[in-house]
Amino acid sequence: MNVRLYVWQRATAAVMAPLVLVHIAVILYVSRQGLTAADILSRTHGSVLWASYYGLFVAAASIHASIGVRNVLAEWTALGERSAGFFAVLFGLALAVLGAHAIVVLVLT
Amino acid sequence: MPGELSVSLWRGAEDGCYETYRVPRRESQTVLDVVTFVQRHLDPTLTYRFACRVGVCGSCAMTVNGRPRWTCRTHVAKVAGDDRLTIGPLENLRVIKDLATDMQPFFEKWQKAKGAFEPSKTRADAIEQIRPDSPARRAADAAIECINCGVCYAACDTVRWNRDYFGPAALTRAWTLLNDQRDAGNAARLQAVAGSGGCHSCHSHQSCQELCPQALNPTAVIADLKRRTLAAYLKGEIAP
Repeated sequence: MNVRLYVWQRATAAVMAPLVLVHIAVILYVSRQGLTAADILSRTHGSVLWASYYGLFVAAASIHASIGVRNVLAEWTALGERSAGFFAVLFGLALAVLGAHAIVVLVLT
Repeated sequence: MPGELSVSLWRGAEDGCYETYRVPRRESQTVLDVVTFVQRHLDPTLTYRFACRVGVCGSCAMTVNGRPRWTCRTHVAKVAGDDRLTIGPLENLRVIKDLATDMQPFFEKWQKAKGAFEPSKTRADAIEQIRPDSPARRAADAAIECINCGVCYAACDTVRWNRDYFGPAALTRAWTLLNDQRDAGNAARLQAVAGSGGCHSCHSHQSCQELCPQALNPTAVIADLKRRTLAAYLKGEIAP
């Protein structure tokens, strides 16, 4: 790992730390209030705030996780750094697409 | 201290195996004494390295009961409670024969990390006056006692997993020179340790810190290298 990847991984971790806390708080609130899926979607529908919040979360998680996966592949498999980087980018893109799909469902339905 | 030690020594190259010898136990006996006894009295074909016998040269490190140690300063009483010793070559390095490993990659990485001093003055200049108790010199001295024994390198999981990783000793050497106000090679050095195989590959497992026979702390050193390279990168002084 070079310094650029290090910066991105640490920076995205710093971004995610408060987002994770809010995310957990939301989960606790939803479960304690007994909200249904319909209740949740009615609150998030058309919300720029929730779209921005989870959009930032998905972007940070995709970058952070893909750098971690790159390291795991490079260290624990026979893949070289270049191949590990290629698969890590694919993994990050998959996370981003799945996350973006979830946000679209959350905000536009 | 009468009695005998059961000593298993690695014999052969990478495809070798352990062979067991009986060695008389003695007072204040070191692991290097044990190996030397085998070579002098039981099997003269045993290959191993040593030079100073007093913890200065850094050439006698081996794996002793599963841990890398400097054998000349490791007392048998400390590591062989049940009168058994298993002594092998250092890990993470190719075995040449028996207890001798090929240290070339270790020192090549030392050079890749720009571990050589780059003078900022010529012999025509006056000798620079540096107070030994100045903060800058104290920082340069903090890890200067590394003897390049390879114990940290053999103990490092990241070295095991990432063949390009410079390892704790090379990075510690680079850090020492970064702190040396007489050195003129720090831009290239920061660049070298910020790249692939450099300080950012360290997972901070701290085996180097735990096992360094000189009680140095390469983990803290590498953490400081991460901070310095990060600052240099954000200022645009080094490229990724």
